[in-house]
Formats: sequence, C-alpha cells, structure tokens
Amino acid sequence: MAHRNLCSLAVWAALMVLAPHFLTNDYYVSTLIIGFFNAIIVVGLNLLLGYAGQISLGHGAFYGLAAYTSGILTATYGVPIEAAALIAMVATGVVAWGIGIPTLKLSGNTLAMATLGFGIIVSIVFNEAVGLTGGPSGLTGIPRLSLFGFPVESDLAYYYVTGGALTLVVALSLNLIDSRIGRALRAIHTSERAAEAVGVDIARYKLFVFVLSALFAALAGVLYVHYLSFAAPSSFGFKFSVTLIVMVVLGGMASVWGAVAGAMFLTILPEFLRAFEDVETLVFGGILILGMIFLPSGLAGGAVKLGRALRTVLGKLRRA
Amino acid sequence: MDPSSLLQYLITGVTVGATYGLTGLGFTIIFNTTGIINFAQGEFVMLGGILSVAASTAGLPLPLAILTAVTVTTLVGACLERSCIRPVSSSSTINLIIITIGASILIRGLVTLIWGKDTFALPHFSSMEPIRFFGAAMLPQSLWVLGITLILLVALKSFFARTMWGRGMLACSFDPRAAALMGIDVSRMAMASFMISAAVGAVGGVILAPLTMTSYDVGILLGLKGFAACILGGLGNPFGAAAGGVILGILESFGAGLLSSAYKDAITFVILLLLLFVRPTGLFGRSASERV
Repeated sequence: MAHRNLCSLAVWAALMVLAPHFLTNDYYVSTLIIGFFNAIIVVGLNLLLGYAGQISLGHGAFYGLAAYTSGILTATYGVPIEAAALIAMVATGVVAWGIGIPTLKLSGNTLAMATLGFGIIVSIVFNEAVGLTGGPSGLTGIPRLSLFGFPVESDLAYYYVTGGALTLVVALSLNLIDSRIGRALRAIHTSERAAEAVGVDIARYKLFVFVLSALFAALAGVLYVHYLSFAAPSSFGFKFSVTLIVMVVLGGMASVWGAVAGAMFLTILPEFLRAFEDVETLVFGGILILGMIFLPSGLAGGAVKLGRALRTVLGKLRRA
Repeated sequence: MDPSSLLQYLITGVTVGATYGLTGLGFTIIFNTTGIINFAQGEFVMLGGILSVAASTAGLPLPLAILTAVTVTTLVGACLERSCIRPVSSSSTINLIIITIGASILIRGLVTLIWGKDTFALPHFSSMEPIRFFGAAMLPQSLWVLGITLILLVALKSFFARTMWGRGMLACSFDPRAAALMGIDVSRMAMASFMISAAVGAVGGVILAPLTMTSYDVGILLGLKGFAACILGGLGNPFGAAAGGVILGILESFGAGLLSSAYKDAITFVILLLLLFVRPTGLFGRSASERV
C-alpha cells in the first residue's frame, strides 16, 4: 500500500479511536455510528460514480435488501446472525449482478432512470409485502449484533465494530483505486471508447464495481439493521438514494476520504438542524445549492483549494 | 372482465397519464434548451396545486386564483434559473442535478413552512356530476384535464415551430455556441425555458388538484412519473413525453385494476425497466450516434 495511504489511514484510526473520549453524550456516539453506515455505502458509491462515472439512484435498495434479508432471517426464522448476515450480503451481491448486466449497458440519464426504477420497485415491495416485511409499520424484534457468541451490547462497542468495518472498506478502496482496476475504472470514466480501444473489458469492470459498491451497501445494511433492531421501508427509499448521491458529490467525486467526509457531514448536519424543526429541510436544501455553487468539487476539492491558498499566502509572507 | 370496467380503466389512465405527460413536457422543454434534467419539475406541479388552493381560500374567484398560481410558479421558475442555475451553468451534469434536487428540497421546505403538511382540495372547475356512457363514468374535471393538456400541446408545438423565441430555444439545444454566434441570447433562452416549463407544470398541478387533492409532497412521485414518461417517449422529444405519459397512465390504471392496486407503481416501473433494456432510446427516440 502506498505510503500516504498508510499515513491517512493511521490518522483516521487515531481520530476514530479518540473521538468517543471527547463525546460525553451517547446521542453523539449513535449519530457517528449512523454516519459510519452511510460512509460505508458512500465510499462504494463513490467508486462507481466518482471513479467509473456510472450513476446509481438505486443504492438505497441494496442497503435495504441486505437489511431486510438479515432482519427477516434472524427475527422470523431464527437463523444465527453470522449466517444471516453472510446470506444477506451474498444475496444482495447476486441481485446487483443480475440487475447490473442489462442496466450497465445504459448510460447517463437512462442509467439514472433504470437504477431509480429498480430502487422504487424494491421499496414498493418493502411496503406491500406485509407478511414478510411488516409493511409500512416495519419489521421488529431483530436481534442486536453478536459476533461468534460475543454480543455487541453497548453503543461504544458498536461504534468500534462499525468504525472498524468502515476502516476496512476505506483501506480496500484506497488499494483498489491505486491498482490496475482503479486505472481501468478511471479510463472508463474519461472515455469508454478509448478504454475499449486499449483493451479494457469495460462491461466486466463496470459490473465489478457495481457489484462491489452494492456489497458495501449490503454490509452497511446488515450492520444497520442489527444496530436499530428495526427496519422500515422509508429508510431505504428514493430519498435515501438521492441523499447518498448528494453525499458523494458534496464530499468530492473521486476521493475516498471526500466520500467519508461527505457522508459524515450530511449525517451530522440534519441532527444540528433538528433544533430548528420547521426550517430544517429549508436549510438542508439551501446548503446543497450553496455548496454546489461555491464548492463545486465538494468538500475534498474545497480542502485542497484551501490548502493551496494557505500555501500561497505563507509563501508570500516568507518572501516578504 | 366486463367491457365497461375496461373502459373505466382506460378513462382513468388517460386522465392521469395526461398530467404525467404535462410534467414530462416540462422536463423536455428545459432539457432541450439547456441539457439539464430539472429534478424540481415535480415541485412546479405541486406549487401550481398548492398556490391555487391558497389563493382561492384567500377569497379570489377560481379563474383568478388559477392565474395567480401559474404566474407565481412561473416567477419561481425564473428565480430558480437566475439564482441557482445561471451562476453554475458550465459545471458538470451531476452537479446541476444536485442543485435542482437542492432546489426541490428548498421549495418543499418553504411550502411546509407556510402551509404545513395538510392535504388540500381545489373545487372542481365545473359540475361534479359524472358523465355516464357504456357503464363507465367520467368526471367533467377529466375532460378539463384532457382538453387543457391538448391545448397546451398544440400551443407549444406552434410556439417551437413558428415563433422566433421557440426557434431560438431549439437552436440553443442543437448548439449553444452556434446559436450565440447567430445573435441568440442563450442565457435568456435558458430562463425562458425554465419559465415555460414552470408554467406548464403549474397548469398540470392546477388541473389535477380537484381530482387527486394536493399537499406539499405530491411533487416527488409526479416528478418521477413525468421523468419516466420522458424516458419512455424518448428524452428530448416533447410529443414523445406526452405520449409516454398517457401510455404510462393507461398501463398503471390497467395494472391497478387487473393485477394489484398495491403494486401499481411497481408494475409501471417494471415495464419501464424492461423497455429500457430492450430499447434504451425510448419508444419514439432516435438513437443518436455518439461522436468520439
């Protein structure tokens, strides 16, 4: 692994381990946990959207499919969590593979529409298959996570499990984009024709990254459902899929750490805005617009720009 | 399966489909001039409904209330283009999509703040007495919906084919730089496209409000169906969008009646997905050859 990746991962791990010591309130810790779920999905979606340039407005559905599969298997059929989680992830991967083959032949607006359509169909099934999913009122009685006989009881323990999962996902992604696959994905983003001309099997790589990002979403879904012990269709709908895209873009396309930052920022922000109740959505919408106008390359791009500006200022000061 | 209920499904489908088509038309007008998919299009429809209800509750007679609603929505469209789209018109498609999504959230937030989350109904334009024929019933409001949709379609067709403005907007869609060189004010055309599509969306919201009621969040699903209608008919083709909307409405209505009303929206999107896999350019779209 590249030196700077190791450094950034070390800084991240230190930050993550230290954070709970400064957060005296359980509520803050649980917000961070939710942020980690979102970050896991967004890092995957960023591989698809930011690196390979393929939009998906249906990633909420993969998240939900895994969550419901694991939830139903454990709550209704009493399957052990480890097995249920594994089945849920494999099943979601298979669905993504099946959907990906015809869908990834599309591009641009039609690809957006197709993935959106898939997401809507799945969320309608969550709502209407009442016997299986509990319908709009949700699925209850899902056991909390336990790993090989050790229950993950406290929020703090869950925080470290989720944070560990996110760190793994980030490490994997950082490695991937520096590899041959990462270069192939960027080539596809720049020009599919050119990539094809130099011998990149674009259909295979697109499908690979689509399934991989769905698997990340599935991992987050499994962690989510055994944290909340509850699943409701509204958590996995169109709105959530759009929020995920916004997280990718606001964080900064084609930046793994940007994706993490975007996810954390947009998870924490609504919690602060909750104090204002009625104006919450108003402010959220306003921030999206202003962010896009003034920070078009996202938070990651903004940070880079800020760093550059600081360096210029410092250079001038030194010369003066 | 008796023929009268089939006829009933057809009537319902065509009426609802016409409003999907109108929403789709709004998408097309903006897409054709600027290349942007405006995710706030559904919000224009919602605004049309909510504002007309608000104006008529405030005491304005119905025609005046409708006029106010459409005018205000048109102004909202102009403001949206001027404040959110123009400053970033050269940025990437995905950024523009995010901006319009932000705008839709903002508009929904404002409406919630002012009128709350209640559901409102607009009075029917004429009588509420259903017209009966061959065992099926049709509300006079459905006739209003169909009639106004048809009139708007014809008006827009002649606008784009015959007027300088309409032709200028079409020119922008083919090649903005060439259009600018020919002396067409491209940014003014972009604003005009937002205003026209806001007006078309608002009209859709107004004529639908007496049939299906209206609230702050009706724009989401209507916007999605309108977008689906566009894709179904072939993105960028206004009449394709209108036809796509009607087809979608009919499929949905028959799906709800014959298969399952719970899954009616799912049926629509399954059919749409299958169509996309077989014919990605939509029913009436021409396949564009891409230059490398």
